[in-house]
Amino acid sequence: MNVLDAIYLLLGLMFSAAAWLNLRDHSNPKHLKRALFWALYAVTFLFGTWLPPFLVGCLAIGMALLAGIGGLGKGGAPEPTEQERMEGAARLRNRLFIPALLIPLVTVLGTVLLQDFQPGGHPLVELKDATLVALGASVVVALVAGLWMLRQPFRVPLTESRRLVDAVGPVLALPQLLAVLGAIFAVSGVGQVVAGLVGKFIPVESALAVVVAYCVGMALFTVVMGNAFAAFPVMTAGIGLPLIAKLHGGDVAIMGAIGMLAGYSGTLMTPLAANFNIVPAALLELPDQNGVIKVQIPTGLALLVVNTLLMYFLVFRF
Amino acid sequence: MLTLVGVAIVILGFALRLNPLLVVVAAAIATGLAAGIDIVTIVSDFGRSFTQNRYMALVWLTLPVIGMLEKNGLKERAQALIAKVGAATTGRVLMLYMLIRQLTASLGLTSFGGHAQMVRPLVAPMAEAAAENRHGELPQETRDLIRAHAAAADNIGLFYGEDIFIAIGSVLLIKAYLDQAGYPLTPLQIALWAIPTAISAYLIHAFRLWLLDRRLKAELGIKP
Repeated sequence: MNVLDAIYLLLGLMFSAAAWLNLRDHSNPKHLKRALFWALYAVTFLFGTWLPPFLVGCLAIGMALLAGIGGLGKGGAPEPTEQERMEGAARLRNRLFIPALLIPLVTVLGTVLLQDFQPGGHPLVELKDATLVALGASVVVALVAGLWMLRQPFRVPLTESRRLVDAVGPVLALPQLLAVLGAIFAVSGVGQVVAGLVGKFIPVESALAVVVAYCVGMALFTVVMGNAFAAFPVMTAGIGLPLIAKLHGGDVAIMGAIGMLAGYSGTLMTPLAANFNIVPAALLELPDQNGVIKVQIPTGLALLVVNTLLMYFLVFRF
Repeated sequence: MLTLVGVAIVILGFALRLNPLLVVVAAAIATGLAAGIDIVTIVSDFGRSFTQNRYMALVWLTLPVIGMLEKNGLKERAQALIAKVGAATTGRVLMLYMLIRQLTASLGLTSFGGHAQMVRPLVAPMAEAAAENRHGELPQETRDLIRAHAAAADNIGLFYGEDIFIAIGSVLLIKAYLDQAGYPLTPLQIALWAIPTAISAYLIHAFRLWLLDRRLKAELGIKP
């Protein structure tokens, strides 16, 4: 078991607590379904490393069926009362910020340390995991500091995490499921088909048309895939390299850098980038799940125009 | 063409507001079947990828701390702090946060921020409180609009900051892809060309936040 598995274990325990508290919550007529949903999710964190992939696949599909058919009812976790909040704020004042700020600070410090501190040339954790391990460590530090400073019993973080987990709801697992969808799109060759379609409709002799097709294509493809990283190899192989670089002699570094950023306009505008757009809407308890996207669309479109123009005026000059 | 069936399911499903989890699972299975993969292999691939992508859920580990702090008045304290700053407006609070988010991301510190850790407990309450101080009691739609803007400021700061850093995933992906296509480049060559867009992104969105302040003032008036 490596460090990351230990952190997943913590996450599994958190979701187990959410399942247990929902199981005993008779105010929700669908409390069994809701409890089962979090229990299945907990299993994938507690034992996911060791379970056969087919079984994990069944668990994930089971979660989608539970959430998708008939819903999970309303989780009835009690909101903290105004009195609790006012008393806490008056008693603890600015000390309340310390545990909250410990999370980003320890994550950043931990990432730098884990990457640079390599006794005997061996990193303590795999470098690609450094940020994740640091985030896990930061939460433990902030939790211990919070329990001590706020003089709270240990059940409080569990009941409160259940409240927030239920407030976000099943959408909480959506980013992970969308990453799975992206992987399945990739092995099935969806990208090549889309690039082929876009490529058919461009007047290739016009440098402007080629740049527009590449930038707008990046944004559109990102909207469909939910991820600019998935769009980049496909659009660059289909339009960028053959048309901008080879046919019109554009600079490859500028094309790549600005092309990726053109894709980010798509990220700002798609529900498929769930962790940036749908999940925050749930976290902030917005009534419209597309509330964040609606606010981002004007900036996304303006930046797409800016990136297309920047590329057109820069890529053939350097 | 048949492989696009998954894309069609996703677009239709999200447009019809069906349950997103169900839409995604249906699209994945349909795409696999259309590509001629058998169902057991699809479910196994699904499970393997689900396990590999568990890291995306790690951010939820912050919820016990955030929840406990909320119960003890973190939001109220954040609002009290902003109330002391006379010059604070919703737009200015978010401009400042976006600037910090973008600058730290451009130094590679992409975990300095985030919706669960910073936006819900601190940034959104501060942005709401700034509006309350200026304009009095806020209608719920205005609160929702301000919250959505708080989430957007985090995203835009992050997206258009991180690409300036040379060791970030996107820059390394561009480099790796262009390398194997026969165009060896250094990460610095790529990161450099993200700077004009980064500056434009900040200016454009800051302008929209300035417009937000004007809109709040026009709709709600200034508190006497």
